Amino acid sequence: MRQRLRPLLLWAMGLVMTAPALANSSSEWRLSEVCPAGFHLRDGGCYLQSFYSGYSSLQQSGVGGLKTGMPPLREGFTAQQIDLGRLLFFDPLLSVDGDMACSSCHQPARGFSDGLAGSIGRHGEVMHRSAPTLWNVGFLRELFWDARAKSLEEQMQGPLFSQEEMANTPDQLLKSLQDNANYRDLFNQAFGDDTLSLEQVYTALTAFQSSLVSLGSRYDLYANGFHEVLTQPEIEGMNVFRSFVARCAECHTPPAFTNQQIAVIGSPEPKGAALDIGVAAITGDASQRGGFKVPTLRNIELTAPYMHSGRFKTLRETVAFYTGGRGHAVPEGEHLSLHWHIWEPNLSDHELDLLVAFLKTLTDQSFMPVLPRKVPSGLAPVATDIFTH
Amino acid sequence: MKKIIPLGLLWLSLFVLAPSLMAAEISVKDGESIQSAVNKAQTGDVILVYPGTYKESVYVDKDGITIRGVVQDGEWPVMEGEGKRNDAILYSGNDFTVEWLTITHYKGNAIMGQAGNNFVIRYNRVIDTGVYGIFPQFGKNGLIEYNVLSGIEDAAIYVGMCDNVDVRHNEVFDNVAGIEIENTRHALVENNYAHDNTAGLLVFITPGLPIKTTYDVILRNNFVVNNNTANFGAPGSIVSKVPAGIGIVVMAADDVVVEGNIVSGNKTAGMVVTDLAFITDISSDPESEPNPDRMVFLDNLMFDNGADPVADVKALMLTQFSRRGPDILANLGSAQEPDNCIINRERYTSFGIKKWSECERKDTADITTMLIPGGAPNEVVTTENRTKLLYQGICAGCHAYNMRMIGPPTLTVQALYHNDPQGIADYIAEPHKVRSDYPAMPPQGHLSPDLRREVAEFMLSVTK
Repeated sequence: MRQRLRPLLLWAMGLVMTAPALANSSSEWRLSEVCPAGFHLRDGGCYLQSFYSGYSSLQQSGVGGLKTGMPPLREGFTAQQIDLGRLLFFDPLLSVDGDMACSSCHQPARGFSDGLAGSIGRHGEVMHRSAPTLWNVGFLRELFWDARAKSLEEQMQGPLFSQEEMANTPDQLLKSLQDNANYRDLFNQAFGDDTLSLEQVYTALTAFQSSLVSLGSRYDLYANGFHEVLTQPEIEGMNVFRSFVARCAECHTPPAFTNQQIAVIGSPEPKGAALDIGVAAITGDASQRGGFKVPTLRNIELTAPYMHSGRFKTLRETVAFYTGGRGHAVPEGEHLSLHWHIWEPNLSDHELDLLVAFLKTLTDQSFMPVLPRKVPSGLAPVATDIFTH
Repeated sequence: MKKIIPLGLLWLSLFVLAPSLMAAEISVKDGESIQSAVNKAQTGDVILVYPGTYKESVYVDKDGITIRGVVQDGEWPVMEGEGKRNDAILYSGNDFTVEWLTITHYKGNAIMGQAGNNFVIRYNRVIDTGVYGIFPQFGKNGLIEYNVLSGIEDAAIYVGMCDNVDVRHNEVFDNVAGIEIENTRHALVENNYAHDNTAGLLVFITPGLPIKTTYDVILRNNFVVNNNTANFGAPGSIVSKVPAGIGIVVMAADDVVVEGNIVSGNKTAGMVVTDLAFITDISSDPESEPNPDRMVFLDNLMFDNGADPVADVKALMLTQFSRRGPDILANLGSAQEPDNCIINRERYTSFGIKKWSECERKDTADITTMLIPGGAPNEVVTTENRTKLLYQGICAGCHAYNMRMIGPPTLTVQALYHNDPQGIADYIAEPHKVRSDYPAMPPQGHLSPDLRREVAEFMLSVTK
C-alpha cells in the first residue's frame, strides 16, 4: 500500500508545483487550451478516451459486467471552460462570507469528499448527510442522496444558495464575479462573451466536475484482460461482490459501480438521530421512505465515513451491515419497503475481509486535476493541499 | 478504435489467420480444478470436465470459453456447493458456453452471467441450488436449452435484463418460479415443461432496475401443468409475493404473445395478466411503466385450472358467482383494456377479458427464433489485443499521436526513446517531471514490469 502511495504523492506534488506554470503561460490568468487528462480535443470540445470507450452496453444503460460501456458522460466542454471551472471550484469567492468553496466539502485529498459523517455548514453546524465523492459525477443522471437534482447545473445551486451552506444569493454571486477583473477576462476567454452570466458559472463548474474521471484502477486493468494485476484475495473478493449471495453488484453494478437507482436498504442513522426518510421527503411517496440513490463505489477507499449519514467509519463495518439481516437496523415501529436484494446472505468474516480487499482495487486518482495555488479572487484557495489528513 | 468482430468472423480468423490460436481442449479429471483450467484457457478453448465431484466456484472473465462436461456411462461431472459455496459458475466473457454439468447445493446461483453476449447454456442438471438456477444478466443473444432444474427458491431459469434470448426444451419443477423473463426484450420461451412450481412461467417488469422494459416475448408450445407448490421464496423477494397455483403470470410486460401452450391443473388460475399493483410493498419507480400492453392470446389448450384459488382470486370470482379460479384472469385495471386481444375466447373460463379485442394475428409461425443471425457484435479481448487496449485505456488518455494533449505527442516520445522501450517502462513506473511546459505524469507503478515493457513497445510501434 505504502509503496503505491509514494509515487502518487510525489506526482501530486508535481501537480501543485506545475499549476502556476500552466496558468501563467502568457498573461497573469490564461486558461488552458489543452483538455484535461483522459480527454481528447475534437471539434473544439473535450471528449473522454478510456478503457470503456469501445464497449457498448445493453439498451445503452451503462450497466453490465466487466467489459461494458459507461453511462453517457457530460462531455464536449471546451478546455477553457473546464479550466475556468477548476479555478471557480477552489475559489471561496463563491460563498457569501468568502470562506467556503466547493472544495470545502469536496476535497481532492479525500476523494473529493470531506472525511466527515455530516459536512460542516456555514456557521460550523453539522449537516445531516455526508458529502458524496465527485469522481465520475459526470456520468450520473441524478444528483444528491435523494436524487432531487437532474443535472449538475441544478445540483450546484443547492449548496451555493443554501443558507446553511455557502449561503450566497444569485445576485451577489454574479456581482462578485463581475466586479473581479480577472474573472471578467477569464469568462471572456471561456465563453467569448462579455456578459458574464450565472449560466456560464454553472456550465464551467459542470465542465470541471465532469472531467473528474476515475476509470484506470487495478480493477479496470483486470476487467480489460490484465488478470494478473489483482491478487488472489482481491479476485475472491470480486467474486463475493458479484455473487448472488452478497449481491453487491446487483446495485453497485460495473462499470460505474452504481446502477443509479433508488434503493431502500434500511441503513441506520447516527445514534439518537431521527430517521432520514430520503427520497420520500421529495416525492411524498411512502414506498420510497428511507430510499437513497445508490452511490458509486469507485474510490470508496478514500471517502470514509460511509452511507448517507456517515454512520459507518470503515469499509469493514459497512459491508457487515449487509449481512446483519434484512431490516435489522430499521427503527422499531417504522415500516420501510426494503429492497428485495437486502436479505440474509450469511457472509463469513473472511468473506467480509475479501470484500474490503476488492473494494480497495477500485481506487484510482491518476487523473487528479492540477490543484491551483492561487485563484482569481486573490483569496486563499480551499483544500488544495493534497497532503491534508 | 477497436473493430467490432462478429462471432462468425472471429472464429474464421481464429482458424484461418492465426493457427497458433487453434482451439485447444483442456481436460479436467476428478480431483483437479476447473478454475485452473479456465485460468490456462485462451479464447476458443474447450474445457472438458470428466465425471467426478468438483467442490469449487468457477469464474470466467475471458471471451470464447467453453466448459463441457463429459458424461460417461451415465456418470456426470458434479459441481457440489455443499451449502456453503456462493455460485457454481460466474461468467462475464462473451461467447461463453456451459453444458453437460450437474450442479447442486450452492448458496447463490448455479450459472450466473454478468454481461457476456452470445451465451449458450444447455444440457445441465441443476438440483436444489440457492436462489436462481440459470441467471444470465445484461447479456445479448443467448440460448438456454435442454436444462433440467428443480428445488430453486426463486426462478429456476431467470432471464434478467437481457436482449434476444431463446429458452426452449427445458424442464423446471419444484421451484418457486419456473421460468422468469424480466426486464428483457425479444425472448422466445418454447417447448418447456414447467410443472409443480409455485408459478410456471413469469413475464415481468420489475420496478427499480436500471433497464426498465419487457416487450416482444413469445410463450409458445409449453406445458404449464400443476403449478401448485406452496411458495417457499425468501422473505422480501419478489417471487415470495406470487400466490401459488398460477400457470402463467404476465406483469406489466408489453407485446407478449401466448400461443399453443397446454395449461392445466393450476389451482388458482391458468394465466394472470396484471399491472404492477400485483406486487405489494415494493418501492415505487416512476420510470417503470406499470401496465401490460398489447397482450396477444392465441389458441392454447386450457382446462382444469382454478380448482382451489387463493382468497383474492376467489373474491373476484364470487362477483361472477363462481368459486373456481379461471383459465384467464385479467386483473383489475389496465389488464382489462382492449389493447389486449384474444381469439376463440369462448373456450376458456375467464375474468376481466370482456373488453379484450379480437386478435388480427392468428399464429406466430413466421418467428422461429429471437436470436440474432450471426450473433451479437462483440468487443473480444484476447491476450493479443489487450496491449492495444491498455494503450488506449491509459496512455492515449493523455498522449495523441501527433498533437499536444495534457502529455506530449506520442511522436515526441518515440523520438526520445527510439529503440529503448525499457527506458519508457522504467520511467512510467515512477515518473519525474521532465518538461516545464507539461504537468508530471501519473505513476504507473501498479503495472508489472512486463506490462510496462509490453505497452512501451506498443507505444513505440504506434503509427497514427
